[in-house]
Amino acid sequence: MTLIRPMFHEAWLAMGANRLRSALTMLGMVIGVGAVVIMLAIGQGAQYAVQQTISTMGSNLFIVLAGSFTASGVRSGSGGGPTLTVGDSDAIAELDGVVASAPTHMGSRQLVYGAQNWSTQVIGTTPDYLEARAWNVVNGAGFGDSDVRSATRVAVIGKTVAENLFGDEDPVGKTMRIQQSPFIVIGVLAPKGQNLDGRDQDDTVIIPLSTAQRKVFGTPFLGSVRMIMVQAAAADGMDRTMASVSSLLRQRHRLRDGMPDDFFMRNLSAAAESEAETTRTMSILLGAIASISLLVGGIGIMNIMLVSVTERTREIGIRMAIGARQQDILTQFLLEAVMISFAGCLLGLILGVGIALAINAFTGMVVVISGSAALLAFAVAAFVGIFFGWYPARKAARLDPIEALRYQ
Amino acid sequence: MTQAVIRVLGLGKSYVTAAGDFTALHSVDLTVESGEYIAIMGPSGSGKSTFMNLLGCLDTPTRGDYFLAGERVAGLDGDALARLRNRTLGFVFQGFNLLPRMSLQDNVALPLVYAGVDQPTRRAKARVLLERVGLGRYAESLPNRISGGQQQRVAIARALVNDPSLILADEPTGNLDSHTSEDIMALFGELNAAGITIVLVTHEPDIAEHAKRQVRFLDGRIVDDRLTEVVR
Ligand SMILES: Nc1ncnc2c1ncn2[C@@H]1O[C@H](COP(=O)(O)OP(=O)(O)OP(=O)(O)O)[C@@H](O)[C@H]1O
Ligand SMILES: [Mg+2]
Repeated sequence: MTLIRPMFHEAWLAMGANRLRSALTMLGMVIGVGAVVIMLAIGQGAQYAVQQTISTMGSNLFIVLAGSFTASGVRSGSGGGPTLTVGDSDAIAELDGVVASAPTHMGSRQLVYGAQNWSTQVIGTTPDYLEARAWNVVNGAGFGDSDVRSATRVAVIGKTVAENLFGDEDPVGKTMRIQQSPFIVIGVLAPKGQNLDGRDQDDTVIIPLSTAQRKVFGTPFLGSVRMIMVQAAAADGMDRTMASVSSLLRQRHRLRDGMPDDFFMRNLSAAAESEAETTRTMSILLGAIASISLLVGGIGIMNIMLVSVTERTREIGIRMAIGARQQDILTQFLLEAVMISFAGCLLGLILGVGIALAINAFTGMVVVISGSAALLAFAVAAFVGIFFGWYPARKAARLDPIEALRYQ
Repeated sequence: MTQAVIRVLGLGKSYVTAAGDFTALHSVDLTVESGEYIAIMGPSGSGKSTFMNLLGCLDTPTRGDYFLAGERVAGLDGDALARLRNRTLGFVFQGFNLLPRMSLQDNVALPLVYAGVDQPTRRAKARVLLERVGLGRYAESLPNRISGGQQQRVAIARALVNDPSLILADEPTGNLDSHTSEDIMALFGELNAAGITIVLVTHEPDIAEHAKRQVRFLDGRIVDDRLTEVVR
């Protein structure tokens, strides 16, 4: 152990003796580690963004859409009259394993407040919708079932709408117009950010379904809806719940065996999961590709250490002649390789973090710089140093003292 | 009776060369008692260096036995040999063999590093030895800043730093002028007077005169072995 300190000193001297070479060797590691750090930061950033989006979506969700898909994947039946009704939604809500079921009708409409205009997505639904999506009202209040029953003209608006239509004013209590009809804003929703498709979820207005159908969309058959959003009780019960919803709807729609569904279901949570899986895979792939440059850096270290061992053969002979054990020589060269590797790693880490932050600053891409990534980088540096330094160091340690001393 | 520092029995060394086996050392018997001062002489190629390298545990013999301070060297592993090179003997080379990037003090202290001695002790001992060879004021200099004779003094200081009982020197004055050689020989004389056993190789008879005993090699054999008074 008393050896370690003087050996660090010597390794330092050896690195200093050929600065340009040490620096170039290090550069390989700097680039390798820098690349890994940047790729991990971007990959983890993407994962974080997806995770963030998923957490704003609400859990265990699936939607039932009116219409059906033919075998060729073309949607049909939507023109042939409404197939989903509020009654369907109420029946679904009664099923075991269903927490909430919200009939929904939506469309793009123009909002007007004073001199301000804003085009946004209007969602007509029931209070269950906000519950299923775990969406809170941060200012004011949401509407209740009684609002749906009596078709009151109240609206809950998203943050983007609040900003664009009302500016600095407090929207709660103000009256805006949707399709000429006046609506009183009773609440502002908590911000959710983008959804998986990149659409701003806060750019929306939510009003009672009945009001939407009567005043905004003008549906021909009252009680028909485009979509029902269903929340299942548990993630592992999703498939079972979807199956029972399917058989319930077939029964309610009097579809005989062999007839295709006149509705279509989509598991939002599963889609989100697969999206998360995709980013995870991408992140691993990025890291793996970047690791190749680390490998190249390691080979650079090995190459230089081999040159160094050959150049310093005589020195090794002298050290052995005055009592260095094989192990001492091994430690010395290994330490040198690890030091180059570590120094390169440290610089690479700084460079990588710097570039990742710059990417974030200039492109707005989410980057996540985690302590575990830094730790990983250092573990890799130690490993690369030891792995690629081992062979040259062992070569040095196994030199025959007398042959080494004779070396010119 | 004093303990023999070196006991060599039928020691031989052959090299495998392209032209077949070449025997550099045939069958050498030699005993060196503690406190002796021996000069090895002989023409070029007679096997002197080969023999010294065997004594210094730097090379392994092809046959015969070598006991260093009573210990049978043939049975030792690499670490034990390193330990002998580190503590039991000190080797002085013709070409000084200082490490160019290290200060003189660090050069002298290097064997102590491998002996596991702590930093303050290393520093103190290296200082003492540099003073002893008259180079205390150059402690922080690099080897290329001092003359050959001074470098050889530093090399001797390094050989002495672990208090060995034996100094082996292969043509220590081979690269030095006669005046500087005298200085180095005076230093060896002092060391021997202090009880250290010395075996050195030289080509020059007047250098060999400094030793108490002279051994002559020819074609890988000892052909003459007598005390200096008798030679004179
Ligand atoms: N590694 C080797 N391979 C083959 N032959 C060798 C080797 N080392 C030494 N020899 C031969 O062994 C013989 C003895 O060499 P050695 O170096 O011991 O001589 P020496 O007495 O020290 O000579 P000098 O006075 O020139 O230093 C020489 O003929 C030399 O060529
Ligand atoms: Mg010789």
